[in-house]
Amino acid sequence: MKTQSNLEKVLSGGHLAVTSECGPPRGASAQTVVDKAKYLEGVVDAVNITDNQTAVVRMSSLAGSVLVKQQGMNPLLQMVTRDRNRLAMQADILGAYALGIDTMLCLSGDHTKFGDHAMAANVHDIDSIQLIQMVKGMRDEGKFQGGAEIKGVVPKMYIGAAANPFADPFELRVMRLAKKIAAGADFIQTQCIFNIEKFEKWMEGVRKMGLHEKCYILAGITPMKSVGAAKYMKNRVPGMDVPQELVDRMSGVAKEDQPAEGIKICLETMERLKEVEGVAGFHIMAIDWEEKVEEIVKQAGLYPRPQV
Amino acid sequence: MITAERKPLDEILSYIKPFKRILLLGCNECVTVCAAGGRKEVGVLASGIQMSMLKNGASIEIREHTLERQCDPEYVEELVPIIDSADAVLSMACGCGVQQLATRFKDKPVFPAVNTKFMGGSDRHGVWTERCQGCGDCLLGVTGGICPIAKCAKQLMNGPCGGSVSGVCEIGDEVECAWHLIWERLKALGLTDQYLEIMPAKDWRAGGGSGPRKIVREDLAE
Amino acid sequence: MEHFEPVIVAFCCHYCAYTAADMAGSQRLVYPANVKIIRVPCSGKVDSLHIAKAFEKGADGVYVAGCLDGDCHFKNGNDKAARKVAHMRGYLEEIGIEPERLEMVKMSAGMGERFARVATEMTEKIRKLGPSPIKAAAA
Repeated sequence: MKTQSNLEKVLSGGHLAVTSECGPPRGASAQTVVDKAKYLEGVVDAVNITDNQTAVVRMSSLAGSVLVKQQGMNPLLQMVTRDRNRLAMQADILGAYALGIDTMLCLSGDHTKFGDHAMAANVHDIDSIQLIQMVKGMRDEGKFQGGAEIKGVVPKMYIGAAANPFADPFELRVMRLAKKIAAGADFIQTQCIFNIEKFEKWMEGVRKMGLHEKCYILAGITPMKSVGAAKYMKNRVPGMDVPQELVDRMSGVAKEDQPAEGIKICLETMERLKEVEGVAGFHIMAIDWEEKVEEIVKQAGLYPRPQV
Repeated sequence: MITAERKPLDEILSYIKPFKRILLLGCNECVTVCAAGGRKEVGVLASGIQMSMLKNGASIEIREHTLERQCDPEYVEELVPIIDSADAVLSMACGCGVQQLATRFKDKPVFPAVNTKFMGGSDRHGVWTERCQGCGDCLLGVTGGICPIAKCAKQLMNGPCGGSVSGVCEIGDEVECAWHLIWERLKALGLTDQYLEIMPAKDWRAGGGSGPRKIVREDLAE
Repeated sequence: MEHFEPVIVAFCCHYCAYTAADMAGSQRLVYPANVKIIRVPCSGKVDSLHIAKAFEKGADGVYVAGCLDGDCHFKNGNDKAARKVAHMRGYLEEIGIEPERLEMVKMSAGMGERFARVATEMTEKIRKLGPSPIKAAAA
């Protein structure tokens, strides 16, 4: 074992892992974080705490992670390279580990253009792959990125990264994953999967390079609340691939039945993905719909979560 | 070249308001090529300023002049005989030129009439795009001749990110995904293996991270 | 400003509008004497600087007359002129001069009647707008 991470224990134990996410509030209320996280208690192995998601200012992912940790749950600290340089990020990694956080996700982050501070500088001192390298160097060599030795306790982070099998150029997507794994990613959380054929094709490439044996791949899942949400994701979110059939299927049922249909699609997707060699678990992103995660996990036969 | 765009007229007028005699100074280099601050633009701006003044029943004396190069002391020296005929200088050169003037003529107010934009090139007539950020440690040799620092919105050195769709950057229709371009070039050059090498974190000292940069050529410097 | 006679400068392409003006003359069509014609080899030759200087030196209105779409003797000079005029209208607005004082018009060499009509309409439009704000301030 590289770390004390609960997620690592679940994955290395051969269980299908389940993670979900909790976006911190746009205010300073600790209770909001706790309330949101409570929906996920006992239901998932780790809770992603997003870092200024979609470039909108929110409570810091570090503070959110600590609040979730205080509830006895396992936070998964997300960190984007957009907002801080390598000094600030390493400082936060030390601080996070000191506060009991041992799992993180390394991202570049959405461009500031999409957020509420479009006028802010995009830092990008390093990119997501270099962030993975940095966290690994801290953990395995006990060294800061600048080369100096870490004094005393070394932060032993279980390192995650993201992958989007649906972005272009498609032929590069497996290779980019290979770079993330070579940099030190222990697990991957993918973009929401709606186009299963394309995902399977990507996984074929992943297996061909043997990448599924070097790292755990959690398939990204998002239940659609309504046909509006489906259309929004299809048309407005860059790098999201929602096939027209799914939009049609959602619009084919009455408005009040759409949430149930969305959950049904999500469960069908999970059943199919369980059959895909190399899928090591699920990352359920129920955006503003955290209360449904428990139902999804239970109906998918992934409950109770293993005690490791 | 260094590209620039004229500032809004109101801003320019606010700078020169207290003065009666203005030296409006163009530059024959980059800003001429990008049609922002050459001889012709000096003429158009002088005319615009004059009309704004006349409209308010005021007047101003504008002397138009364009230097071969505003960022070199040799050329700026040309201004010595005429500088005192102006109360202030309005420069249409890039920021380098403006500062050259401010350094040379210490007691003369100097104002910029353009916003210096970026180092770029011309895509077609009338369109300029950013190509270089002067990072001081050129990567183009390993990225197929396309710069991820200047052309990727997140300056990813190991891109493309998950927002690249059909060759277009997530920030908008007009922006090409730099890494898509890099990948196409590497394919065309038969260098796709190069992609798998992780580009290490950049040393930004060369890019200005350690303060203002300077080049001293021992063989040339006097 | 009781007897305001606008000064209109018309930059006329040699291959169309200028010949159309001739045609108007030979057809004995009447158009206002306010319009001062400047012959140019192509409407695309008209520069932002010419337009600016025309207004600065006292024009109340300016128009650039080029060939019909697709008929430019130099391929696309008329399109270039149209873009320049659009750009200069923005600049006039910045200065505080009504952009309607500047127009782009297109016609063929045979359109003597159109030439006369454009000249009349432009003169009447400017007459209604009154003297250019620059002249108004000086008066």
